[in-house]
Amino acid sequence: MKQEYIITAYSENHIGLLNRITIVFTRRKVNIESLTVSESAHKGISKFTIVVIVTEEQVKKIVQQIDKQVEVLKAFYHTNDEMIYQEIALYKVATDDLTESDKIETLIRKHNARILEITKEYTVIEKTGHKEDTQEFFNDLNQFRVMQFIRSGRIAITKSPIERLSEFLKERDEILSETD
Amino acid sequence: MKQRINGSEAIIRSIIEEGIDTIFGYPGGAIMPVYDALYDHGEKLKHILTRHEQGAIHAAQGYARVSGKTSVCFATSGPGATNLLTGITDAMLDSTPVVCITGQVASPLLGTDAFQESDILGMSTPVTKWNYQITDVNEIPEVMAKAFYIASSGRPGPVLIDLAKDVQFAMLDFEYKKCNSIRSYMPYLPIDEKQVEAAAEAINKAKKPFLLFGQGVLFSQAEEELKQLVEKADIPAAWTLLGVSALPTNHPLNVGMLGMHGNYGPNIKTNECDLLIAVGMRFDDRVTGKVAAYAPQAKVIHIEVDPAEINKIIPAHYPVLGDAKKVLSKLIPLVNENKHTDWIQEFKDAYETEFEKVIKNDIYRNNGKISMGEVVRVASEKTNGDAICVTDVGQQQMFAARYFQFKHTRSMVTSGGLGTMGFGLPAAVGAQFGRPDRTVVTFIGDGGFQMTMQELGTIAQENIPVKIIILNNNFLGMVRQWQDLFFEKRYSFTNISGPDFVKLAEAFGIPAQRVISNSELEGAISEMVNHNGPYLLEVMVEKEDNVFPMVPAGASVSDILLEKPTT
Ligand SMILES: Cc1ncc(C[n+]2csc(CCOP(=O)(O)OP(=O)(O)O)c2C)c(N)n1
Ligand SMILES: [Mg+2]
Repeated sequence: MKQEYIITAYSENHIGLLNRITIVFTRRKVNIESLTVSESAHKGISKFTIVVIVTEEQVKKIVQQIDKQVEVLKAFYHTNDEMIYQEIALYKVATDDLTESDKIETLIRKHNARILEITKEYTVIEKTGHKEDTQEFFNDLNQFRVMQFIRSGRIAITKSPIERLSEFLKERDEILSETD
Repeated sequence: MKQRINGSEAIIRSIIEEGIDTIFGYPGGAIMPVYDALYDHGEKLKHILTRHEQGAIHAAQGYARVSGKTSVCFATSGPGATNLLTGITDAMLDSTPVVCITGQVASPLLGTDAFQESDILGMSTPVTKWNYQITDVNEIPEVMAKAFYIASSGRPGPVLIDLAKDVQFAMLDFEYKKCNSIRSYMPYLPIDEKQVEAAAEAINKAKKPFLLFGQGVLFSQAEEELKQLVEKADIPAAWTLLGVSALPTNHPLNVGMLGMHGNYGPNIKTNECDLLIAVGMRFDDRVTGKVAAYAPQAKVIHIEVDPAEINKIIPAHYPVLGDAKKVLSKLIPLVNENKHTDWIQEFKDAYETEFEKVIKNDIYRNNGKISMGEVVRVASEKTNGDAICVTDVGQQQMFAARYFQFKHTRSMVTSGGLGTMGFGLPAAVGAQFGRPDRTVVTFIGDGGFQMTMQELGTIAQENIPVKIIILNNNFLGMVRQWQDLFFEKRYSFTNISGPDFVKLAEAFGIPAQRVISNSELEGAISEMVNHNGPYLLEVMVEKEDNVFPMVPAGASVSDILLEKPTT
């Protein structure tokens, strides 16, 4: 059965690695629903967060293939309920629409969004949440015509108390010192 | 102590530091400084100028496959680099350790569509184990050391290093240190003793164990351990196309080849054994046939160094991650001495059936005509099983794999995963440099020969004593066979003519002979084998022979055909 999985991969921060990783998906004709890459808590180590809709067997094989890349330290996969995750969305509306009534303000309160910037012409609103939440806010807000809308890729953190990368790096160092 | 030298000199010295003595390549503008540096190192580094970059990389592959060493090839930017791609892909699929060094336009020109700029890094990414572009001269020693370490360790593979031209001129303080670890890359994980114990227990319990070995045995030099294991537990063993020669052909427990044109016993017994023991192989679809109908009754042990291969195609009940030699050494003491006489007899019976229906007529053609199988048998006999066998792709490849006899390991060079026509001739060149002490016999179809026949020029210039046998059926035989079996004999564009191959060889100064009738065959092959230097033999074979047995594409290994179905 296909479902949403979150793949996280830790890698050295090298040019060309993103290409190697996306090739793992394109070769298997798997669509990437969202992709976020950023430096992790460990300096020089990037973290990829990739959302896909596949079967568990597929996600296992994809993770094996990502893990196999020379510059990847470790890759994992999780179901949505094993992780806390968020996306961030930005909305631009006309400032006139905001000031005309209190309807937009009410929506902002209801959806726990916040205003980032107000100019004479436009106002930028920010909301974090799951895709459904940011989408719902968009639908509500769009009664007043959203001039621009953008949503980020997903970021996610595991629910388990241990940081798997630190553990993994420790293990690696042990293996490496044994083999020297 | 550090020495101040330029980038080109640093590349050459790195290669020498890695113990490399032969390079295959082709020069051009963007790699000229490296070639200039090479000019002064003739006593340590031999460079073979092929006639095409595809020839250079296939030669490098041939060299690596027979010697077990990493090989090196050079090409210039743009077309030089793109000409390598087929060979790089071939090396990726067949896990061959090759380091390719390509020239690149100067770094300020990158991304400007400069003359002979090609994004070889982007293009080679899906087909290299690792690749890297050097734009800072100081990176050279470290990157080169990494390249050799990555290419040769764990599951080997091709690595490409792209060198911007300005870097080749720039100066650095050079000091070389070999690489022996990379934080993000673990080619050999520690072996899990529990996995080994579980595998041993499964072997000890099995009534009908069946072992499959692949090229992983050659990579880890586990030939002796493989032999000990099968002898101790009395297990019949079959090989993949690339695992051949890890166990001598005449070993009593060597039951033959797996897969589409493999032997009858190994295919049908796959679906009758109770335990499959896969060692250093990856269950290619040419081996498994229809995966859903592949050994559903059997438990599977998979001994493999590449974690991504475990459960990729065939789920393993007993995965054992690790280098084959280390795993087998731990496994052997835990395995009981055993006898499986009746079970092994079943393989012998299957062989008898196959011999009567297929083999006899393949290797002893008694009607004056010449069959490919007979040429292979005679060439194998005349070289006493001591030769290295190189093949191209097609029917001749399958006949060579089926009928050449091997006494020594690393004695077969063939394009398995990619099935690259044109591989044979240049691969033979490399194989001869990899093992100058051994006779190299290469079987090539008339079609494949015409893809890379310009390498006759390399062979002539370097006087490389390879023995070239063209098995000429005037057909793209393997494709014609499929048209015969599955497309109602509609021979769409498989009829192929060729030049006079004997005259062609002679034009290059290579002695040659044509064999038309069976009675001349033995004499001609003896003459070729005894000739000191390169030699080409064109053998006119039966035009419409087919290779059997055959597991039709998508069929189960149990449905292997011994002859053309009559319906
Ligand atoms: C580069 C390349 N192109 C096409 C093919 C498809 N192909 C596989 S076998 C074959 C026929 C080979 O003919 P020939 O070299 O004469 O060998 P034969 O089968 O007759 O022994 C072809 C065209 C291939 N394997 N490689
Ligand atoms: Mg042919």
